[in-house]
Amino acid sequence: MNGAEWQLVGFSLRMALASLVLVFPIGLGLAWWLARKHWPGKALVETLVSLPLVLPPVVTGLVLLQLFGRRSGVGNWLHHTFNCDVVFTWRAVALALAAMSLPLFVRAARTAFEEVDVKFEQLARTLGAGEWRVFFTITLPLAKRGVLAGTLLAFARALGEFGATIMVAGNIPGRTTTLPVAIYQAVENGEDAHAWLLAGVSAGIAFAAVFTSERIMRRRK
Amino acid sequence: MNPPILIANFRKQFPGGPEIVADDLRIRGGITVLFGASGSGKTTILRCLAGLERPEKGTIRFGQDNWFDAGLNHFQPPRKRRIGFVPQDYALFPHLSVTRNVSYGLQGLPAAERASCVAETLRWLGLDGLEHRLPCELSGGQQQRAALARAMVCRPKLLLLDEPLAALDTPTRLRLRGELRQLLRRFGLPTILVTHDRQEALAFGDDVVVLHDGRNVQQGAASEVFNRPVNLAVAEITAVETIQPGRLLEIHDGLATVAVGNVRLVALAEDLPADACEVYVCIRAEGVILVRADLVQSSPRNRLPGTVRAMAREGPLVRVNLDCGFPLTALLTQLACDELALDKGVHLVALVKAQLVHLIPFAR
Repeated sequence: MNGAEWQLVGFSLRMALASLVLVFPIGLGLAWWLARKHWPGKALVETLVSLPLVLPPVVTGLVLLQLFGRRSGVGNWLHHTFNCDVVFTWRAVALALAAMSLPLFVRAARTAFEEVDVKFEQLARTLGAGEWRVFFTITLPLAKRGVLAGTLLAFARALGEFGATIMVAGNIPGRTTTLPVAIYQAVENGEDAHAWLLAGVSAGIAFAAVFTSERIMRRRK
Repeated sequence: MNPPILIANFRKQFPGGPEIVADDLRIRGGITVLFGASGSGKTTILRCLAGLERPEKGTIRFGQDNWFDAGLNHFQPPRKRRIGFVPQDYALFPHLSVTRNVSYGLQGLPAAERASCVAETLRWLGLDGLEHRLPCELSGGQQQRAALARAMVCRPKLLLLDEPLAALDTPTRLRLRGELRQLLRRFGLPTILVTHDRQEALAFGDDVVVLHDGRNVQQGAASEVFNRPVNLAVAEITAVETIQPGRLLEIHDGLATVAVGNVRLVALAEDLPADACEVYVCIRAEGVILVRADLVQSSPRNRLPGTVRAMAREGPLVRVNLDCGFPLTALLTQLACDELALDKGVHLVALVKAQLVHLIPFAR
């Protein structure tokens, strides 16, 4: 692999990690909220969270483009307040990856939280623990395996993301191009050997992530 | 004396369950047993005291503290109640060692103080040497003591135990009953213990509250509740062995004469309304003495000639079903059975003291 190819793989991995930084806190909160609380309209939130799983990724990308474009409220506000542009930058890549991998993470984490018996949480409360302490010392450690497996799945999903990324981040070599986009580009350009090399790297990383995730879930204790 | 717990106008209902009603339930210090069959509401009351369930109506007070008041929409969360809660399966945190389980409630203490508190409690409960074990590596009895240690180390004001022996196998349960009773006495804390087992209730309870279909049907000293049930429901819940309908013939000098079939019995005439004619006659199997029919007895007690119908072992004792004109159950040691050469069809005489024959007027 040459320097440009290493850069591409490095960038894709960094972006997948960056998306996890977004997905992890938001997803944990959402998963806990869905697993433990009942409120009117919960079904609506459930559906919205899972929607990117079945929506064409380009549609998710289109929505993000609309939301964070400079002409929209959010994008405009970010531009003027923080001088921070999202669309067609690395931030858009991370955002697109996060939006696409969030549903997978929330599903895994929610199931993991639901499997934690509330009796442990209740007992912790009788011992004087507040809700945050209960979450970080009881719920999360007991749901650790499911959350970890979900994290790996989300990471793998993020690495393979194509449609949403190309909509919001485009294909700017060295700046926003990720592995899947580069593979598409290579095939377009007739560089089959290059495409196969990148495809092999992608498959290797994805295999490792899913394999580890399965191992974590199967392992006893 | 320790502050009493006062539950008033209390209502709690789970979908599909009975409504649990406690209009005026006062619990004083010492060990109080909430006794009842499953579904009688005893665990629900315990969980409401712990703050894990919220009643629909009423108030719960612990001494000066207001724990719950539906009228004021006041609910004190469990973490502020300073209670020690030991659920039926102990709920030890499976991912934490014994030490970390026990020290969980000591958040906020300096580490050194915390460690010495935990060490002292573990030693006190005979758990030293097991500090680094996970709950799954402990025996049932050790788990129970670890759960007690975790509850006690925070110096709670009230200890709540839900069926503390139910998770154990029978031999362990019998062995630990005495041990747990001693521990609870040593703690000297107001304690509420839920059980459906009569022996446990008798072993632990200073006071017993009998719950039936979500209602408090009788409350009092354990011996009083078990020997003198106020109505048929309590007699059945507390498993009085012999309950027979009878007819009150006369009351004379504080003694009542009752007819059960063709047999006449003498009982103490306590709490009987003047017009009670139909009564239930309750006799605990422990109160029945058996002697050979050929032995001459001159005693004011009830002498009931009868025949052995069936015998069954029950732990160290033997349950003997007799026909004395009505079915009567006695509980004897194996040794006593051997001495009497008891067997099916043997004729003998059952003796019951008048004060051990308890009468319940009909329809109470």
